[in-house]
Amino acid sequence: MKMVVAIIQPHHLPAVKKALYENEIYKITVSNALGCGEQTGYHETFRGVDKEVSLLKKVRVEIAVNEEYVEKTIDAIAKGARTGNVGDGKIFIMDLGDCVRIRTGERGKKAIG
Amino acid sequence: MKVKTLLFSLVLALPLLAGDGNQAQFNALDTLWVLVAAFLVFWMQAGFGMVEAGLVRAKNAANLLMKNMMDFSIASLGFFAFGYALMFGGSGALFGTKGWFLVGAESVEGLPLYAFWMFQAAFCGTAATIVAGGMAERMKFKAYLIYSFVISAIIYPIVGHWVWGNGWLSGFGFHDFAGSTVVHITGGVAALVGTVLLKPRLGKFNSDGSPNLIAGHNMPLVALGCFILWLGWFGFNPGSTLGFGDPGQVARVVINTNMAAATGAVVAMFTAWKRYGKPDLALTLNGALAGLVGITAPCAIVTPYSAIVIGFVAGIICVLGVRWLDLLHVDDPVGAVVVHGMNGLWGTLAVGFFGQLTLGAPRDGLIMGGGLTQLGVQALGALSVILFVGGAMFLVFKLIDLTVGLRVTEFEEIQGLDIGEHGMESYSGFEIFLTEEPTISQNLPL
Repeated sequence: MKMVVAIIQPHHLPAVKKALYENEIYKITVSNALGCGEQTGYHETFRGVDKEVSLLKKVRVEIAVNEEYVEKTIDAIAKGARTGNVGDGKIFIMDLGDCVRIRTGERGKKAIG
Repeated sequence: MKVKTLLFSLVLALPLLAGDGNQAQFNALDTLWVLVAAFLVFWMQAGFGMVEAGLVRAKNAANLLMKNMMDFSIASLGFFAFGYALMFGGSGALFGTKGWFLVGAESVEGLPLYAFWMFQAAFCGTAATIVAGGMAERMKFKAYLIYSFVISAIIYPIVGHWVWGNGWLSGFGFHDFAGSTVVHITGGVAALVGTVLLKPRLGKFNSDGSPNLIAGHNMPLVALGCFILWLGWFGFNPGSTLGFGDPGQVARVVINTNMAAATGAVVAMFTAWKRYGKPDLALTLNGALAGLVGITAPCAIVTPYSAIVIGFVAGIICVLGVRWLDLLHVDDPVGAVVVHGMNGLWGTLAVGFFGQLTLGAPRDGLIMGGGLTQLGVQALGALSVILFVGGAMFLVFKLIDLTVGLRVTEFEEIQGLDIGEHGMESYSGFEIFLTEEPTISQNLPL
């Protein structure tokens, strides 16, 4: 079992969702995130005062998958989020200790489903 | 008691006794009424600002409000310098030619020039501001500034001259009491031409042609804006009497305005409910505005019974019109084309259906037994204004597109025009969910 966590540009989320759906991955958690990588920030001005915004708005996508789905998930996220420019984001893959489906009490691979 | 009454009358009469010749030619009550109406019409800018800001996404709200702020300000300057002269400077068939910068400009009888100008300038600003909503979320700010000046200094005043400045249309007995044609068709057609030239927002239509929902970010603002506009319309229509000499007429305009708006809202709600399964707030609010636009031309020359029918039709046009534009792939984020353009046309034609000679119409309308003449004149007027404004705005927007450019870059559109054009956010410090870009069909089970 792996936990795939991706940080992507917010406006690529629909394309990522579509690519995941095409690869038969239907379970996903999405949250707002702020962050910075190689992409430099931008400047805002408010009443003439300059302000550097270095933390950019991103979207965090979390998907728990069984082994056979790991590559499919990575491919789908990359396909949906890649433009070739800095700021496209990163994908992290972590080992997942266990998983419980609350409704049934199932554990492990079965719970991920 | 008697002494008190006598003193009181003396005080009331003082302005008359003390007035020099210059003051005596003005009617104080009429002037006061027109100025109060002008202030109410000015306040409609706030209504437009709130409706449009609420109906766009959070990332474009500051840009939209900047456009609203600037179009009234620029319209004031443009209408001061050139607009008033083109509109009221003599009785040429096509446009006026004197009174540039108000030098030697003439007013109407009983009203000081500056009061009449202020009232007309507020109307001019209203026509200019309608376009901001139709072209929202993707139009360059610079392009908008240029457009604002051109429409308020040249286009709107020429249409105004035809109808209200003794131009060629008024010669035919064309009747547009408060501006269904002059203000709303002008603004609505300009918005239509602009939004077609701009093309739809990113993600509005799928590759198979079906439309996506791009929801407005703040419905309470939209509702507030709608009430502000409804209030403002009590200046827009009743103020167009340009005086209080006939209180019966003012009262008739007031009740007609209210009844059409109320009927528009109710009918739009039921139409949306039947078609889409739920009473939709945004369409209901648009329905009230549609009723208001529809009654604007005939408000003085119909009975409240007719006003209800006019509002009824406006409410239906409003809901169906939004759907028609989607089918035609015209992306009008706030419904400006439907509310102002289509219902402006309906209001103009309604004069030819419901107008009554006894109430001051040039001729009885079709339903009132007057035959087709007035309806024909109204159709001619509406058609010529649509063609003129459509052609002129096409040229203006094309020229702007070739010079400063009409549309922002794709990157800026995605990031939002608040940051791209103004370097600021509308809701700094708030977490805005930015994932709404619907580039794919919404019927995925995700």
